[in-house]
Amino acid sequence: MSANMKTPIYLDYNATSPIRPSVIDAVTSAMQSVGNPSSVHGAGRSARSAVEQARAKIAAMVNARPRDVMFCSGGTEASNAALYGAQASSLIISAIEHECVQAAADASDLPVFRAPVAESGVILLNELEDLLCKAPSGALVSVMAANNETGAIQPIAQIAEIARKHGALFHCDAVQAAGRIPLDIGALGTNYLTLSSHKIGGPQGVGAIVLSPTAPLKPLIVGGGQELGRRSGTENVAGIVGFGEAAMEAMAAIPDMARLALLRDRLEGQMRAHAPTAVIIGAAAERLANTSCIAIPGLKGETQVMHFDLAGICISSGSACSSGKVKVSHVLSAMGYSEHIAASSIRVSFGYQTEKSDVDAFFEAWKSLYDRKAAQGGGFG
Amino acid sequence: MTVRQRKAVALVKTPIYLDYQATTPMDERVLAAMMPYLTTAYGNPHSSTHSFGWQAEAALDIAREQVAGLIAAKPHEIYFTSGATETNNMVIKGVMGIWGRKKPKLVTVATEHKCVLEAAIFCRDQGYELEILPVAKDGLLDLNRLQDAVDDRTALVSVMAVNNEIGVIQPLEAIGEIVHEKGALFHTDAAQAYGKIPLDVNDIQADYMSISGHKIYGPKGVGALFKSSERQNTLMPLFSGGGQEAGLRSGTQAPALVAGLGAASVIAQTEMLAEATQIGNLMARLKARLFEALPDLTINGHVSKRWQGNLNICFPGIDGDLLLANIRDLAVSSGAACASAMTGPSYVLEAIGCDEAVAKSSLRIGIGRFTTADEIDYAAEKLVAATVSLGGLKP
Repeated sequence: MSANMKTPIYLDYNATSPIRPSVIDAVTSAMQSVGNPSSVHGAGRSARSAVEQARAKIAAMVNARPRDVMFCSGGTEASNAALYGAQASSLIISAIEHECVQAAADASDLPVFRAPVAESGVILLNELEDLLCKAPSGALVSVMAANNETGAIQPIAQIAEIARKHGALFHCDAVQAAGRIPLDIGALGTNYLTLSSHKIGGPQGVGAIVLSPTAPLKPLIVGGGQELGRRSGTENVAGIVGFGEAAMEAMAAIPDMARLALLRDRLEGQMRAHAPTAVIIGAAAERLANTSCIAIPGLKGETQVMHFDLAGICISSGSACSSGKVKVSHVLSAMGYSEHIAASSIRVSFGYQTEKSDVDAFFEAWKSLYDRKAAQGGGFG
Repeated sequence: MTVRQRKAVALVKTPIYLDYQATTPMDERVLAAMMPYLTTAYGNPHSSTHSFGWQAEAALDIAREQVAGLIAAKPHEIYFTSGATETNNMVIKGVMGIWGRKKPKLVTVATEHKCVLEAAIFCRDQGYELEILPVAKDGLLDLNRLQDAVDDRTALVSVMAVNNEIGVIQPLEAIGEIVHEKGALFHTDAAQAYGKIPLDVNDIQADYMSISGHKIYGPKGVGALFKSSERQNTLMPLFSGGGQEAGLRSGTQAPALVAGLGAASVIAQTEMLAEATQIGNLMARLKARLFEALPDLTINGHVSKRWQGNLNICFPGIDGDLLLANIRDLAVSSGAACASAMTGPSYVLEAIGCDEAVAKSSLRIGIGRFTTADEIDYAAEKLVAATVSLGGLKP
């Protein structure tokens, strides 16, 4: 970005969040201290203490015991570690899980069952229960807390209850939910909870699994025995410190979600008023306040993101992880949307730096594209 | 000691960090290279729809070239990971996962890093055959033993470049030659060697190499895998997901950490020769001071075929823990940092034939880029004084 160019408006918080200013300070200061937390000398002990302080902060975010927080390199590793580490006999995942859960399940040599979702994007609990009846005992259920593409919030406590009733363990990918809705692992009843630092305003390259006190975990990475033997490798001290700081900030900022919800609802209202065919994906579900997935049938998602890029607005079509490939979102397919609609969808996601003026700028840019295409006889619908 | 030396000693800032094999202080230049990605260029490299994503992806491309440049590899042969422990797990489990059914044997060495040995034991528990080769008293691998161990049923041989506890440098070129003659694949854990001694993947004939960021004045939480482009489909990923790093290592990459590894690599490449000389001189000075006062000291591991930033030294008759307690302003290690959670003597020292008494009387002193002559003099004086106060060496 050259200096004379306007800073782009970033509306892609579900892909990654700008690091919070206080986190940048915490990370850079931690990087300037030397010390391997496994070393017993003073430098090592202060690194250890920094890691443990951050662990307490992550634990506080989800009301867990610090010793049940296991740090690792990020959400993908955490979810893989949970899926493999639970040593389940089969895996029951929802059809809208993030790629890392889908791919980890498929790469395992276990039977995998997929629980369907309603058109709203919320898991069908009776179908989940049917699968649990069918699956061999000792299954692991994996359902995300909130979807990365639509923001649809899943009934986690109910899912946990059903899983427990059938003697199954329960993993919940809370990467998108953390810092946006309150999470309490005791109340939710999760055995494994995946968290990611860079989605809550912390640095990339760090994440965690939060375990229930009795959840088994066979380590994915072995070696020096760090993280109580659950995850070996020298801890990313500065990353962990930043993650802890980001967790505190994000928790304190949860009330700000109400502001983002107003911005989001207003935007969706404006778009629907202007384009009667617009589809708000997942509107029937309870959603994260920051996420909007909108399809304008006939107006290709790629055309839209290109237009927004030229207008200096950063959004995504589908999740960041699937946008690299020309592939219709598995989430929208699972919700029953046609390829036509799915290919016309974009995702806008807000965060702590998003202001009303940013959302207004987005709407204006969208309107100009829509009007131009409409004038060309765009063939919408 | 002269008056001038005494003055220098008095001025030195304590505690003195002498544990460069555990981790290294971050170079300010590395931090500077990381800052843009921690502040304004925070994109997800996988975001293909906007400039933040492209910028982040470009950071990965640049670093890939920088890392490749240090080991004469091609950029597309470098895959970023969270560190050398992950890379070692990935290679050992991943190669056996693919080749184990055809070639069930895995060969490694008794003095490897814990994560290599643990990953190897994991493979043995999966039903693969594991042979752990001993080393000679100097810590070096006996090439004849290697010749005998590697056969046409061997999928992978894993031998580290520089040992983390005793610093000895294994003859990688000769090892690579033998391994390939037998048709096996060769992995080297270069966490302690990368950026410190010249490494050329072609000369070594390495198929895989593990690289760490925080051992070369870069950040913790980042490392890399070198995988020869001639070795396609030889590695099962450790974890799956968005298909980042050519599908070998899923998960959002951390551009700041990766840029840090890249910058640390470039600095290492530019300054390696001068730095090795400087560190060699400082180590010679430390040894001279120590041996002058305490001639009965012994060095664990080969005296010259070692990374000069490492000194693993035995104080015969002195309890290592007591010695450590008397030199509190020197940050040194009594074993590998990674093994400090475990009790009992170091398995590396055991493997080179040290008995428990020797192991318990040994310290690991690691020096590096920021070590000064004044610090060396101070450390030598402290070590000698503490030894004397504990009754002197009892060889």
